[in-house]
Amino acid sequence: MAMPELTADEEQVPVEETEAIRVTDLHKSFGTLEVLKGVSLTAHKGDVVAIIGGSGSGKSTFLRCINFLETPSSGQIVINGEEVLMRPDGMPVKRRQIERIRTRLGMVFQAFNLWTHRTLLENVIEVPVHVLKVPRAKAIERAQALLERVGLGDRADTFPSYLSGGQQQRAAIARALAVDPSVMLFDEPTSALDPELVGEVLTVIRDLAAEGRTMLLVTHEMKFAREVATHVVYLFEGRIEEQGPPEEVFGNPKSARLQQFLKTVG
Amino acid sequence: MDLILDTLGLAKSAELLSLSPPGWGGNLLRGLANSLQIAFGAFGFGLLIGLFGASGKLYGGVVIRDLLAIYTTVIRAVPELVLILILYYVGTDLINQASSALGYGRVEISGVVAGIWVLGIVQGAYATEVLRGAIQAIPHGQIEAARAFGMPSFMLMRRVTIPAMMSYATPGLANLWLIATKDTALLAIVGFSELTLETRQAASSTRAYFTFFLAAGALYMIVTLFSGAVFARIEKWARRGQPSLRGAGK
Repeated sequence: MAMPELTADEEQVPVEETEAIRVTDLHKSFGTLEVLKGVSLTAHKGDVVAIIGGSGSGKSTFLRCINFLETPSSGQIVINGEEVLMRPDGMPVKRRQIERIRTRLGMVFQAFNLWTHRTLLENVIEVPVHVLKVPRAKAIERAQALLERVGLGDRADTFPSYLSGGQQQRAAIARALAVDPSVMLFDEPTSALDPELVGEVLTVIRDLAAEGRTMLLVTHEMKFAREVATHVVYLFEGRIEEQGPPEEVFGNPKSARLQQFLKTVG
Repeated sequence: MDLILDTLGLAKSAELLSLSPPGWGGNLLRGLANSLQIAFGAFGFGLLIGLFGASGKLYGGVVIRDLLAIYTTVIRAVPELVLILILYYVGTDLINQASSALGYGRVEISGVVAGIWVLGIVQGAYATEVLRGAIQAIPHGQIEAARAFGMPSFMLMRRVTIPAMMSYATPGLANLWLIATKDTALLAIVGFSELTLETRQAASSTRAYFTFFLAAGALYMIVTLFSGAVFARIEKWARRGQPSLRGAGK
């Protein structure tokens, strides 16, 4: 008698817990220009969500609203089941809360944004040691392993400016991994790279996808998105025009705009 | 040694400059020590004001930004000598009024403290602008990255903004420091016995103007050269991780 109830309970609880990010009706305006016109998106743990779209479609803005680098105009953002409390103007109510949530989101930028006055190792241990208060020795050990993993083990003591874009971006990924993020946010991670350096960065991201990391990936690399994503979202002028599994979105696009978009970028 | 001085005709000067009386060398060095003490204090105080001033100008609200604009404009518009007279007399007057209102009677204000206070306020206005420019020169992405990883704002200032701006700020701050060492001479006007006033006293007592002012000039010069070496090292440290521009334009 009790068994079915228990099963029902067990089914319900994991459903709640597997939600990594839930965004509901997100709006964002810059002055009179409305960049996001109500975007809703849910990413479960282990999902790799690729966000594609033309320039000005709002895809980067959407990603940057998730960790409040941009202040949303309205909407609801829930990260790991915790709602970010927003004032009516979109500013987080509690600075502390958003700072804490940010430490769970590993962000990788288009322009790498490594701290140029610190070596790669110092870049990678910075947040664990100072924000998360991990013991230094432990952080260094872990950072070394992460740099090893992205193929920069022998460059730990080099300053970022002496490295190629691809190397800098791999280091930036190691820095994001160092906080052991529950979700990784990639904001066009290969757009600033020379074509021959794109592959090395994609390889690292592909590895992360393979090990089941939850990721939101804004990208122009359609082939790559098709290959690694579990879910693809096409944004057009601040709205989700079409979304679905990659085979559907890329193989059988329904909206005319998406068909047009894929034709121009493909 | 004596022979060399004799043949050069400098025996008299050496005697005047000797460290023990009747020579005036000791007075000059005491004056130099006072000057340096004030320059250090004023530069440090100015840096502190500058750091808050720059943050206020960049991140503050309308009121704070306006107040800071008035501060930097007024201080940089009025000649320093005039400012020193105003701040010194107004400052001491205010303190005295406050202390007599509290029933303590007149207070003797230490020349060093007054000098640091007055010059520090002047330095702060310039430092505000130097640091504001330096902070704005930091690639924005570096600050954004720190925010994206949840760094609280004070830590961000300490761990990212200040180290990253140092390479842009050092040349301007080196200028300010050198100006601070020489601005101490202006304090002679309020009777503070720093190097210039000591020199003038020595010179007028002995009528050896040339000797003493040349010696004072040499002391200021030594301070400048030494400061140059120190700031070169600071700049080298601040620019760590940035490839040299030398040869980049070829």
